[in-house]
Amino acid sequence: MTDKSHDPNQMTGAAMIVRALIDHGVTDIFGYPGGAVLPIYDEIFQQSEVQHILVRHEQGAGHAAEGYARSTGKPGVALVTSGPGATNMVTPLTDALMDSIPLVCISGQVPTHLIGNDAFQECDTVGITRPCTKHNWLVRDVNDLAKVLHEAFYVATTGRPGPVLVDVPKDVQFATGTYHPPRKSDVHRSYAPRVKGDATQIRKAVSLLANAKRPVIYSGGGVINSGPEATKLLRELVEVTGFPITSTLMGLGAYPASGKNWLGMLGMHGTYEANMTMHDCDVMLCVGARFDDRITGRVDAFSPNSKKIHIDIDPSSINKNIRVDVPIIGDCGNILGDILQVFKAEAKKPDIKSWWQQIAQWRARNSLYYKKSNDVILPQHAIQSLFEATRGRDTYITTEVGQHQMWAAQFYGFEEPHRWMTSGGLGTMGYGLPAAIGVQVAHPDSLVIDIAGDASVQMTMQEMSTAVQYELPIKIFILNNQYMGMVRQWQQLLHGNRLSHSYSEALPDFVKLAEAYGGVGLQVHKPSDLDGAIKEMISVKRPVLFDCRVAALENCFPMIPSGKAHNEMLLPEQANDEATAKAFAGGKALV
Amino acid sequence: MNQPASAYFIEDRHDPNETHTLAVLVQNEPGVLARVIGLFSGRGYNIESLTVSETEAQKHLSRITIVTTGTPMVITQIKNQLDRMIPVYQVVDMTQTKRSIERELAMVKVRGQGEHRVEALRLADAFRARVIDATTESFVFEITGNTDKINQFIDLMRPLGLVEVSRTGVAAIGRGPEGM
Repeated sequence: MTDKSHDPNQMTGAAMIVRALIDHGVTDIFGYPGGAVLPIYDEIFQQSEVQHILVRHEQGAGHAAEGYARSTGKPGVALVTSGPGATNMVTPLTDALMDSIPLVCISGQVPTHLIGNDAFQECDTVGITRPCTKHNWLVRDVNDLAKVLHEAFYVATTGRPGPVLVDVPKDVQFATGTYHPPRKSDVHRSYAPRVKGDATQIRKAVSLLANAKRPVIYSGGGVINSGPEATKLLRELVEVTGFPITSTLMGLGAYPASGKNWLGMLGMHGTYEANMTMHDCDVMLCVGARFDDRITGRVDAFSPNSKKIHIDIDPSSINKNIRVDVPIIGDCGNILGDILQVFKAEAKKPDIKSWWQQIAQWRARNSLYYKKSNDVILPQHAIQSLFEATRGRDTYITTEVGQHQMWAAQFYGFEEPHRWMTSGGLGTMGYGLPAAIGVQVAHPDSLVIDIAGDASVQMTMQEMSTAVQYELPIKIFILNNQYMGMVRQWQQLLHGNRLSHSYSEALPDFVKLAEAYGGVGLQVHKPSDLDGAIKEMISVKRPVLFDCRVAALENCFPMIPSGKAHNEMLLPEQANDEATAKAFAGGKALV
Repeated sequence: MNQPASAYFIEDRHDPNETHTLAVLVQNEPGVLARVIGLFSGRGYNIESLTVSETEAQKHLSRITIVTTGTPMVITQIKNQLDRMIPVYQVVDMTQTKRSIERELAMVKVRGQGEHRVEALRLADAFRARVIDATTESFVFEITGNTDKINQFIDLMRPLGLVEVSRTGVAAIGRGPEGM
């Protein structure tokens, strides 16, 4: 028998976890200690390769890891204890699942002999997180731990990315076993996501594109997830074909907002030109998007006369909401490359001049119009000023969820991918502040701004303390209208203007709050003071709460009203009380 | 169409439902059945029948046979959603291949005397059901066949003193020399 005491691969489960993080190139993790993860924290204490960021609530760790992942393309890692630590991770895990964010969560569990006994801080973590992870594992034997950890990173980052969770009982953390570096056999043989697109389908797609009279490209978060090559190829495809391009909320930045073929975002609060182009097109190329209900509006009236090509790495996204003509399953970077190759070899740029003329007419409706004021700051104006002040800088934007999020998507121009972190699928209020922390950890010298609402930001406000502790100079730009603006907007449009519990009667003094945390508070009321205050915010090298008091009752337009199609948008100039009432009278349901 | 005030577009779907039998080959590991069942309950799919058992012990493979109903679009979704689960090797739609055999086993307890008892035995014989337990006032029949045949047998036993039924659910396999 060999003497195992000198084998460097013999180590405790806790040591294996840290070792696996290092082997996967993880430099930063977000977490919160507790009884069931103390052995892991003991290992973290005794090394310096992995930096641990202590949050104030496990949800914050999850969103910070998401921000980290979304802004780097690398997996985000969170470490939490059993019971409440794990249940507090449910929201970020679900959020990451909906938005396809690679996230690895390691949770402590009570010792194996106590599992099922209702032990202190016990919960069925793998049971609770099964529907909100791409996959999860409970490790009962320390000799399985290395394999499971390596598989977890593989599953999180390949195919359609997503969150995974590894639940490690405390006795497994203490036990000694054999570690091995990542190897191919760590992964289930049944897991083999398809990457390469089918050649016949690609030819069909090219033939449709080459003969299109009224084409549109509709891209999504999948392009960004696929990596820089996919973004490059998407831009090249737009250039080679001359087609107009729109994008989902999650896809902003893949094509630059300053690009001449850019139509703006589509969907419920998308631009008129983007939605009309989608509705009237004859060929639609959907790249890495999933025909979400905020995008399609009324499904039976969605782009009724078009042939639809759908590129997606997840076969279950195909024909889920909208029936498509040419599905292509695989990685969108890969497939865009193939499409370009065939297109360049066999097709020439179609003449779509008259289509662009039509689009120009829709653009001329100026659907993002709003009326500026000298007395009160309009939220749209605040975002535009922020955009102008940060243009050309190395800037990352996160958001919370609500009106401010839609205005940020409409009025902040993204030139590059990975610069825009927002909770799209789940719509998690409280996402933006901790996400900004994660982004700032990954990019210490960049300008990181959370465009926030006064209601959302209070959901994870405690993470200001984290930002101060680690000297992360995040900027929390609060569009403060004292309402849950989007809730109020719906109540106005759908529920007879009965503003049931959407007004925050007792808001904190955000300036004092910032100071209490050890950060900097700024407040601005007047449009004339806005630019100066934004300048000051940017120049401060500490965490800032920026209380931007905006017009309280401004609503977010344009929008697709109830059970309506893309070509029945409500534009801002029509959004007086009478027209709004009429638009919502028949259907009475916001799409 | 009059819609209620809602944040979602509420759509009436009129596609007719179809019944499909799916064979799902999975890694036999803790929680795998919970994943499959959770998918059905979480996404609102129907399970009409479910059987599961290890079929290749050395390879740790189990076979789950699910009978489900839904519109063609939903059936496709179910197959794709199952297929993307990490421990799932293969999903085969036994109904779509049209070349599969489906069988179910049922044990049917009937209590009665006199003419009823004779009639139950006579019907059992016609259905090729076997008597696997008997007392002076009862029988337990074992019957195999497709779901329709078993339903029919149970219906016939009802007036003859049906006490209880235990069914395995549907198992299915393709015809011909090829495996799945």
